Amino acid sequence: MSSGLVVLVVAIVVATLFGLWRRRVDGAVREVDARAHPVATHPEIPEEQMMHIGAGDLGAPLGERATLVQFSSAFCQPCRATRQVLGQVSQMVPGVAHVEIDAEEHLDLVRRLHVMRTPTVFVLDATGAVRKRAAGTPRKADVVAALGQFVTT
Amino acid sequence: MPDDQASDVTAPAPGAARDGLVDPRGPRFGAVLTTVLLASVLLLAPSAAATALLALQTAVFALGAFGGLRMAPYGWIYRTLVRPRLQPPTELEEEAPPRFAQSVGFAFAAVALVAALLGWTPVMIAAVAMAFVAAFLNAAFGYCLGCEMYLLLRRVT
Repeated sequence: MSSGLVVLVVAIVVATLFGLWRRRVDGAVREVDARAHPVATHPEIPEEQMMHIGAGDLGAPLGERATLVQFSSAFCQPCRATRQVLGQVSQMVPGVAHVEIDAEEHLDLVRRLHVMRTPTVFVLDATGAVRKRAAGTPRKADVVAALGQFVTT
Repeated sequence: MPDDQASDVTAPAPGAARDGLVDPRGPRFGAVLTTVLLASVLLLAPSAAATALLALQTAVFALGAFGGLRMAPYGWIYRTLVRPRLQPPTELEEEAPPRFAQSVGFAFAAVALVAALLGWTPVMIAAVAMAFVAAFLNAAFGYCLGCEMYLLLRRVT
């Protein structure tokens, strides 16, 4: 058996496992416990503010009741679909803003919030505290459900 | 990044070749051909045939990366032989991510090709294997590994 064949088989197995795992977690909306995730420290930002995103960070006003922050990048296939999903949700639910930012221009936020890939979506409450996050394109129903947990009508 | 509100409400007309937008099945088809070709390289290495196939694939990557997807040979095969038999695409995607993926593929293939020409078979096989994993993930799952590496690289630099 040639070494190339062994490498090929290993590559197929590893890639398939990775792909299946990725497909399962992609777009899943996860709870963020701001206190339990001191993911990083910052010399000028107090720890309890680390998981807050303000209008100043975004360069855009927060939504009245909630904000969907989407980190995108120039080379991102699923960002387009994510933009459509979040755009629809923000039009559907009053007081919810959708803000899309370029991850490359906000590398400080990327490191602070531990963004590993694009799209990454953060669901903020009215105060700008991060309540949920999703890496990959979330399903519309999941975003609406996540909002429903703290946006009262 | 500008929030293109227009694209939220008006989906592009199916089949319309809007500037910078491509039929996503084109790059996916190309990824399948790339996967098969790189697998053949792994099976045949080290040999003159493996090096020749690798040189071919390196040229294909270079055309897609530097010339754009219109110049990509596999894209041409898709447009002439495959798409006429398919329904128009239901959605389009931006050209930049698959084009960037071609340049990542080119980087690995170029390293592998140089290694093959110098007789460094283990380096060649390792580089081809990495390009193969990326192409396989794209073909089987529609997942762009190179695109994700981009942000990770920007994070540390």
